[in-house]
Amino acid sequence: MESDIKLIDADGKRLDGRKIDELRKIKIEAGVLHRADGSCYLEWGGNKVVAAVYGPREAIPRHSQNPLKAIVRARYNMAAFSVEDRKRPGPDRRSREISKVTSEALEKIVLTDKFPRAAIDVNIEVLEAEAGTRCAGLTAAGVALADAGIPMTDIPVACAAGKIGSNDENGKKTGGHVVLDLGKREDNFGDADLPIAISPRTGEIILLQMDGHLTLEEFDQALTLAIKGCNIISEIQKDALLEKYQKGLEVD
Amino acid sequence: MTDEKRDIVIPSQLLGDADKLKAGRGTFIENGKIYAEKLGILSKKSDYVNIVPLKGRYDAIEGDFVIGIVEEPLSSSWLVNINAPYPALLHINEVPWDIEFGETDKYLNYGDAIMAKILEVNIEKKLQITLKDRNLYKIKGGYITYIEPSKVPRLIGKQGSMISLLKKYSNCRIFIGKNGRIWIDGKDDSIAKVIQAINIVENESTSFGLTDKIENLLKNRNSRVVQ
Repeated sequence: MESDIKLIDADGKRLDGRKIDELRKIKIEAGVLHRADGSCYLEWGGNKVVAAVYGPREAIPRHSQNPLKAIVRARYNMAAFSVEDRKRPGPDRRSREISKVTSEALEKIVLTDKFPRAAIDVNIEVLEAEAGTRCAGLTAAGVALADAGIPMTDIPVACAAGKIGSNDENGKKTGGHVVLDLGKREDNFGDADLPIAISPRTGEIILLQMDGHLTLEEFDQALTLAIKGCNIISEIQKDALLEKYQKGLEVD
Repeated sequence: MTDEKRDIVIPSQLLGDADKLKAGRGTFIENGKIYAEKLGILSKKSDYVNIVPLKGRYDAIEGDFVIGIVEEPLSSSWLVNINAPYPALLHINEVPWDIEFGETDKYLNYGDAIMAKILEVNIEKKLQITLKDRNLYKIKGGYITYIEPSKVPRLIGKQGSMISLLKKYSNCRIFIGKNGRIWIDGKDDSIAKVIQAINIVENESTSFGLTDKIENLLKNRNSRVVQ
């Protein structure tokens, strides 16, 4: 059965050949959409995500306005063709939850009190999914917000850690390994997934979710590992922004 | 424009200690350190660290001259889009015409462009504009183009050097709104020329010697027209 799949071998190598603390390949490009105020395209392993930022603009409907600060409205959406079996389009329970936690994470880092009564819309579109799309979406949203010129205290970054391999090939329980950035099969057949988002400058955690079971020691281990991953990705985000805008400076 | 190096800063970048430098526009202080709050170009003037933003909405300041587009006529006022996060209110008391209640749409209607002045920005960021000043009127004819509001000073140039250059070589009437909208009126080919020059200014706004470059471009084009 596929659920008995061996996710990690004796040398600590994973299915796709990664080490336990190795990320998938990440590519970030800022400012890809012409009509949006800010945008970002991100590839993270098999994930392909576009984030677009519109605003700040007047919040509509009016009852959603806050007279003291701006509201951040993130909308996470998976394209129907983003997964193997066609996903029924439209918001579902899962994507509404992700939209909500992403909005709350982004609201923490945007200087919302500069734009009373306004809304900042963040649209995250998952074109291709391969585990860890909420992390990919939030990471892309961070770059898109910076690209839109929105004042913020930090560029948010997200990454997941998890636990895999507690079933050996005979189906017996073993210790398992805490690993960074779960792939698709690791997510499906692993034991736990811990996506987090942080504000890399202060180290503040702005999103934390967990699926599965971890002991307290494993949780601490996974959290440390995920924060380490976040810091690596944060540098890629900054490079993407610099690459896009430093070029304009070198024209002579 | 005097320092030779121009650095891009990204949000959360550390800019210095708050006790040595003063935090200017586009920065914030946390735990005695100054950080950048938005994407932009770093500029240090005396003790102040400022960030000139590269992108972002127009931040309305009282007294600015802007170009607005009417969004909606109401019974005693208009809502005008001035590219700020919020629509601006133009009250019938703030226009030079004598208007009967409910007849606002006879004077300004949806889509009309106006040159206006920001009258008031209140704490809730509610905007009011006025047409009661010199040279403020409804725009008839011409062409409106758009650049990032942060690049408006570059397009005007030092003591208006860039804008007077454009006016001199193109024989166009040009009005630059602080909100990034630009109105150009003149002959069709002159308008095209000005728009081309404006695009160059916008794309290369951070490079040096831009005024000379634009002058060369306009001169060359003039000679080509003569041929």
